Amino acid sequence: MTKWFEKQIPKIVLAPSFIAILLFVYGFIVWTGWVSLTRSRLLPKYDIVGFIQYDRLFDSPRWDTAMSNLFIFGVLFIVISMLLGLLIAILLDQKIRVEGVLRTIYLYPMALSLIVTGTAWKWILNPGLGIQSVMNDWGFENFKFDWLINPDYAIYTVVIAGVWQASGFVMALFLAGLRSVDDEVIKAARVDGIPTTRIYTAIILPSMAPIFLSAFIVLAHLAIKSFDLVIALTGGGPGYATDLPATYMYALAFSRGDIGQAASSAMVMMMVVFAIVVPYLYSELRAKND
Amino acid sequence: MTDFSINPTGRKQGRFGQIALRWSLYLILCLFALYYLMPLFVMLTTSLKSLEEIRTGSLLSLPRNITFEAWSTAWSKACTGIQCEGLRPYFWNSILLSIPAVAISTLIGALNGYVIAQWKFKGSNLIFSLMLFGCFIPFQVVLLPMARVLGILDLAGTIPGLIFVHVVYGIGFTTLFFRNYYVTIPQELVKAAKVDGAGFVRIFWSIFLPLSLPIVVVTVIWQFTQIWNDFLFGVSFSQAGTQPVTVALNNIVNSTTGVKEYNVDMAAAIIAAMPTLLVYVVAGKYFIRGLTAGSVKG
Amino acid sequence: MSLMLEVKNLYKNYGSVEILKDINVAIEQGDFLVLVGPSGCGKSTLLNCIAGLEQITAGDVVIGGQNMTDVSPKDRDIAMVFQSYALYPTMSVAKNITFGMKVRGVDADTQQKKLNEVAKQLQMEPLLNRKPGQLSGGQRQRVAMGRALVRDPKLFLFDEPLSNLDAKLRVEMRTEIKRLHLDLGATMVYVTHDQIEAMTLATKIVVLKDGIIQQIGSPAEIYNNPKNLFVADFMGSPAMNLIPATAVSKPTGTEIKISRANGDPLVLMDKTKLDLPENVIVGLRPEDIAEAGYRAGKGVQTATCMVDIVEPAGADTYVMTHLGGNEVTARLHAETQAKPGQPLDFAFDLGKVSYFDPETGSRLN
Repeated sequence: MTKWFEKQIPKIVLAPSFIAILLFVYGFIVWTGWVSLTRSRLLPKYDIVGFIQYDRLFDSPRWDTAMSNLFIFGVLFIVISMLLGLLIAILLDQKIRVEGVLRTIYLYPMALSLIVTGTAWKWILNPGLGIQSVMNDWGFENFKFDWLINPDYAIYTVVIAGVWQASGFVMALFLAGLRSVDDEVIKAARVDGIPTTRIYTAIILPSMAPIFLSAFIVLAHLAIKSFDLVIALTGGGPGYATDLPATYMYALAFSRGDIGQAASSAMVMMMVVFAIVVPYLYSELRAKND
Repeated sequence: MTDFSINPTGRKQGRFGQIALRWSLYLILCLFALYYLMPLFVMLTTSLKSLEEIRTGSLLSLPRNITFEAWSTAWSKACTGIQCEGLRPYFWNSILLSIPAVAISTLIGALNGYVIAQWKFKGSNLIFSLMLFGCFIPFQVVLLPMARVLGILDLAGTIPGLIFVHVVYGIGFTTLFFRNYYVTIPQELVKAAKVDGAGFVRIFWSIFLPLSLPIVVVTVIWQFTQIWNDFLFGVSFSQAGTQPVTVALNNIVNSTTGVKEYNVDMAAAIIAAMPTLLVYVVAGKYFIRGLTAGSVKG
Repeated sequence: MSLMLEVKNLYKNYGSVEILKDINVAIEQGDFLVLVGPSGCGKSTLLNCIAGLEQITAGDVVIGGQNMTDVSPKDRDIAMVFQSYALYPTMSVAKNITFGMKVRGVDADTQQKKLNEVAKQLQMEPLLNRKPGQLSGGQRQRVAMGRALVRDPKLFLFDEPLSNLDAKLRVEMRTEIKRLHLDLGATMVYVTHDQIEAMTLATKIVVLKDGIIQQIGSPAEIYNNPKNLFVADFMGSPAMNLIPATAVSKPTGTEIKISRANGDPLVLMDKTKLDLPENVIVGLRPEDIAEAGYRAGKGVQTATCMVDIVEPAGADTYVMTHLGGNEVTARLHAETQAKPGQPLDFAFDLGKVSYFDPETGSRLN
């Protein structure tokens, strides 16, 4: 008996977490998937009727806006954060004396709640008393910066705040990557007389491919999950102008009481995440098992 | 043109160029630093100004008359909807919520990581992969069923309910952290202890736990930041009295009643950000380690 | 003498992969058994099976007359020293050594007494309060030994304990382990990939390859009469020369013909009565090829060969020549006048020769 117990302890210890993950992650995904195929409104129904919720979803102009916003936001957020992060990382990698202090400054936004970030930028970008008035005071009297309340541009303010929050983190990732490049290879290149820019473009950056990939994955993941930032910065407005799938899902689930729509939009979000993450995780796990 | 094969100024110019390059490098880096610091600066100065000064002055100017009125309003009087008790009760909620949630998820992660790294059994790697995948799901996909389950468990709108949610969805990361740490410890250590007669619990308690301080710090900081800064679960699964501070902050900022008090908003934002900022300043090294470790996989 | 360890018909599979196949070994009280083979041959797995750290698929492990196949490691009355030493990093040296006794509930006085004994024996009294991180490689090795010694077990198990040490220390510790074995009269099982360690320490050697025992025997048996090409090649440094040749039976014995690059074959006459197939592989250790005039005996045959490379190694000089398409090493005395590119008269000691079947690799004489 005790011997049996001794042998089974590892399994017994892991079991509760396993069951929890099975139930609350995979079980819930199945539940949401199931409900997305029903006519559920305020209360869930369980008789499957097919893809009508998805038809409704794709017909909805609000969802359309949310998806195109996700695309605009996602692309700009990822590209700008990566470029900015990489630029700062390379500049910081030049044996800067106060590197520690600067790194701390660049990275602190990552410790903040997106609600705090949103609140701060909402104030800075507000057209009445924010940046616009500062520029006007400085003599640029025709300077106009009303993106926050302009439906065509409001989504770009989300990009501004998002980049501010995440680019320092990308910098930290890249900096670690730059530091992990084999020193001897760089020395060999120096001895060969290869100019510094060439060393970066031909040797260092290509060897950082895995870091680019993981930075991309993290940022893409952040973009798709983005919810807090939009809520705090624009509240999804003006109108639905800055709606993202995450805010759409929340609104339909908790304000509109349309569970079927909420479930189908959540499923679409998950598919988008998985389309990006699954190939990556798969290759990671395979590389590890080899 | 000078013939710089004889005249050494050619080299001097080179050195001068080097110095100029160096200075512009520092200049650029400082400009970036200003960019990252600017919102914090604006938040801080705005929170110390009177509403009058905000309206007449400039966003970037220092306060003429420093006043802490906005801070005390944010802390104890600001309205989060119908109630006007400031952030204080919600700040307290967040503390009550994050301490047990962090402790429980860290402990579970440590045990899981120990099993997965050192006591592999058939299927343990599969379980780990399932947990890893779980880290990546957009939480929107679990909101609806979780709301129902919390209702069934009679935990809807309660702090224990929120703790439960944070623990469940934190396990993936805490397990990952500990597993990656314990996997670097040679398996021979467990073998030696087995030959010495120690069992699963004894080996964990006497050998692995004393080794774990760094990873415990990383995990606790990561979990604390995640849970303190969470908004989605907070706004979905709490009700008027049990909201965490992020939700309360958002309500203060977006409450439509009365005059817009920007100074109060900023003070409230700083208060809500204070604990995680403090952790970052005190233990930044561990914070970054968690961030990069978590990011490589999550 | 009683059998201290018997491994009977042991099999070990990981899934469908067979790691160990039909292992049978037995040693007596006081034996020093060395398991040797290239990496991946299953030697460490076999040791782990003996320790009970790996479950075996089939067969039996008997320690001190008791069947321990299903007994957990702690109840097998064994002690083990690991390659990485596996010292508990957060415990002091003293705690590392007494941890096992503490777990088994030995009283504090006995723990202290045993600790003092072992510390004295291994001369590590000044280290007792240090943490493993503050010790050098050699000192850690010593602590690991101490942890095993304090147990006073039926069986000591060593898993490549010296492979993390530098060359000089390795030789020192090797001698120390040998002395310990003699002093304690203990039974030891020792895994290594280093055939010199195997030769110097063992009373009995098991050569493993791909999970199959190739040969069991005393170091001398293994060295002088390798059972197959693998053992011949693996044991000994520099390795045994393995030269393809043709054998023809003659009334006076067997004529061994070895082809050479210049077309003029080397012909040696083995006067012992043999029944060899036409194609054989001739196995001669470097020390069995000497300079003519420096080796006498019944089987010695002299022939002239072209010297290829000369490598003075201090005590000996190694001379390479080409025979049968292979590079052949001869171990000559230090004062040899051999020069590269010049002919030299070699003495081949066929009294020590091994013949192998080129097809099956097994020994023919």
